[in-house]
Amino acid sequence: MDNLLLSVQNLKVYFRGDEKVSRAVDGVSFDVRRGETACIVGESGCGKTVSALTILGLIPSPPGEIESGKVLFEGENLLDFTEEDLQKVRGNRIAMVFQEPLTCLNPVFTIGDQIGEAINVHEQVEPAALRERCVQILKDVGIPSPEDRLKDYPHQLSGGQRQRVMIAMALACQPDLIIADEPTTALDVTVQAQILSLFRSLQKTDSMSVLYITHDLGVVANIADRVYVMYAGVIAEQGNTSQIFNSPKHPYTQGLLASLPTRSKRGKTLHSIPGIVPDPAYKPDGCPFNPRCAFATDTCRTRFPEMRDYGEGHLSRCPVLFRQDQKEG
Amino acid sequence: MADMENEIQNVTLRVENLKKHFPVRRGFFQRIGGWVKAVDGVDFEIEQGKTLGLVGESGCGKSTIARVILKLLEPDHGKIFYRGQDISNLSEKDVKPLRKEMQIIFQDPFGSLNPRMTVGQSIEEGLRTLDFSRGDRKERLNELLEMVGISSNNSDRYPHEFSGGQRQRIGVARALSVEPSLIICDEPVSALDVSIQAQIINLLKGLQDRLGLSYLFISHDLNVVGYLSDKVAVMYLGHIMEFASAGDLFENPLHPYTLALLSAIPSTEPGRKMEMKFLPGEVPSPQDPPPGCKFQGRCPIVEAQCREEEIAFYEAGEGHIVRCWKVVGR
Ligand SMILES: Nc1ncnc2c1ncn2[C@@H]1O[C@H](COP(=O)(O)OP(=O)(O)OP(=O)(O)O)[C@@H](O)[C@H]1O
Ligand code: SF4
Ligand SMILES: [Mg+2]
Repeated sequence: MDNLLLSVQNLKVYFRGDEKVSRAVDGVSFDVRRGETACIVGESGCGKTVSALTILGLIPSPPGEIESGKVLFEGENLLDFTEEDLQKVRGNRIAMVFQEPLTCLNPVFTIGDQIGEAINVHEQVEPAALRERCVQILKDVGIPSPEDRLKDYPHQLSGGQRQRVMIAMALACQPDLIIADEPTTALDVTVQAQILSLFRSLQKTDSMSVLYITHDLGVVANIADRVYVMYAGVIAEQGNTSQIFNSPKHPYTQGLLASLPTRSKRGKTLHSIPGIVPDPAYKPDGCPFNPRCAFATDTCRTRFPEMRDYGEGHLSRCPVLFRQDQKEG
Repeated sequence: MADMENEIQNVTLRVENLKKHFPVRRGFFQRIGGWVKAVDGVDFEIEQGKTLGLVGESGCGKSTIARVILKLLEPDHGKIFYRGQDISNLSEKDVKPLRKEMQIIFQDPFGSLNPRMTVGQSIEEGLRTLDFSRGDRKERLNELLEMVGISSNNSDRYPHEFSGGQRQRIGVARALSVEPSLIICDEPVSALDVSIQAQIINLLKGLQDRLGLSYLFISHDLNVVGYLSDKVAVMYLGHIMEFASAGDLFENPLHPYTLALLSAIPSTEPGRKMEMKFLPGEVPSPQDPPPGCKFQGRCPIVEAQCREEEIAFYEAGEGHIVRCWKVVGR
């Protein structure tokens, strides 16, 4: 399939501490195709950020170790790249946007300096043209009066504007892939709506690929083409947006969707998944979801489940429901 | 007099034209250079056993209201009535017994629990104010822990040994320890994982049904507010823009800000993908707001009048109150 841009295969990233080994990412595979938005959704600590950082070679080692796997970007394994080669990929071909833009922007340089720098790292542009480019990029991400904003320092901008600047910097080199890790989590909902719509429009006009990481299922439903539901370091279920939201097949996905409060569920007790997310250093044997799962069998407690194929790209890591569905279907 | 009786019985809390302005000091001499009007004339009431949801974006004044009601901050103006009793100007001594009536749980349960005290000690602190004998205290402690779904043999453990959801349960147990009738919940589930949120929401709802608690439920999450609330107040820059029963607010929203908030909630029905309408700009600084409607800067239907005249409340239907010139004109 030649429209495959990124393919992460069986990635394992562990953190070794004095007493314990955190299996943060424990055999994760996912693909991002050209021009699509793939979402990784999961709860805190399930390994979303670690997966994303690994793609760009940004995992601190020690304590982090890549145990196994491949990160194929246009067929080449980024895990084999030297730091020098990786730097060419970062920013140029793959750019990243984080949750808290203030920590990623340099407080003592103006917005204009920083966007200009992002462009200049990868290509030489003369000052007048560079300024033009910066203004155009800020305009593209919807910053009002961009000429004036170039002279501003990060702290002079609001949270939403800073996030737009981060996206502008990510766009500066026209990357093939943007990885966005919870880019709207710290923003108000009306501002979140603006940023989500910005992502959608970028994608339509520039046919860029986006790997979007979030814990918010509502956000996923609104921007994803393809969804990967992550739990305790593994992908529990994957499929297109309608498969995941309209006919979820994994007990975890089903439970999450049922537990979302809405106006229409008023007066009824919310479905709730019992227990807590496991510590990645002490994951249960077998299916990592088994202590919280209403369908768990003895096998679930001992054997790590394989992905089951529902067809048309819809896969779920639960053999028990798969068997049930086969019988009924 | 009948009204007063009625209020004592049925209205847990009522606030009238509540204002809290913070001075902004500037320069070497720290002169007052302006005012942040965090809460600027707010009215509402919470009925006995019911939930009032208070929604709005960051900085709109939600938490300031909570602190003023709890008498942690002095209001600049306005009155607060607890079961019909004016508590706006009570002395420190008279406030004390009230603290047992009104409790608060926060977004970050970790920050509000003393890390050096076992959870048992934290909860017992409240019980000590209630004249329980030592034996009764132990019994009540165990009862409280069981009530929030924590096994009572955990009472000797420290906060850091618990997960976020468990800590929030402990925060709830501590609030309940003094047998309050009103609990202010300030973003109590915002920091929790999705799969844990539902557990805490069910817990709060169950306790309300069982103990007849009244809640002021503060949140930026309209889904949670819609699920839990009987009435909803929508705040923007220190003002309540719309106040209605939850049913009216969700089915017949009138204020343009409420409409924008509702359409900005990402829905989990994938079909709705493109319908999201959105507001331009962001919440402006509450410092020295412009005259007229506080929403004028972002309002899609703003008119000249909105920039000139402050609008009072307009009753659009029974108990459905809106602060918008355009709604009045309709
Ligand atoms: N530098 C590190 N050293 C040790 N452990 C780490 C390090 N970075 C991450 N981890 C661990 O790896 C696990 C996965 O973390 P990760 O940040 O990927 O989660 P996440 O899914 O992004 O969560 P969140 O939603 O909270 O951002 C966690 O248990 C975390 O504590
Ligand atoms: S494999 Fe077993 S434990 Fe895991 S989700 Fe399926 S039924 Fe539950
Ligand atoms: Mg993360």
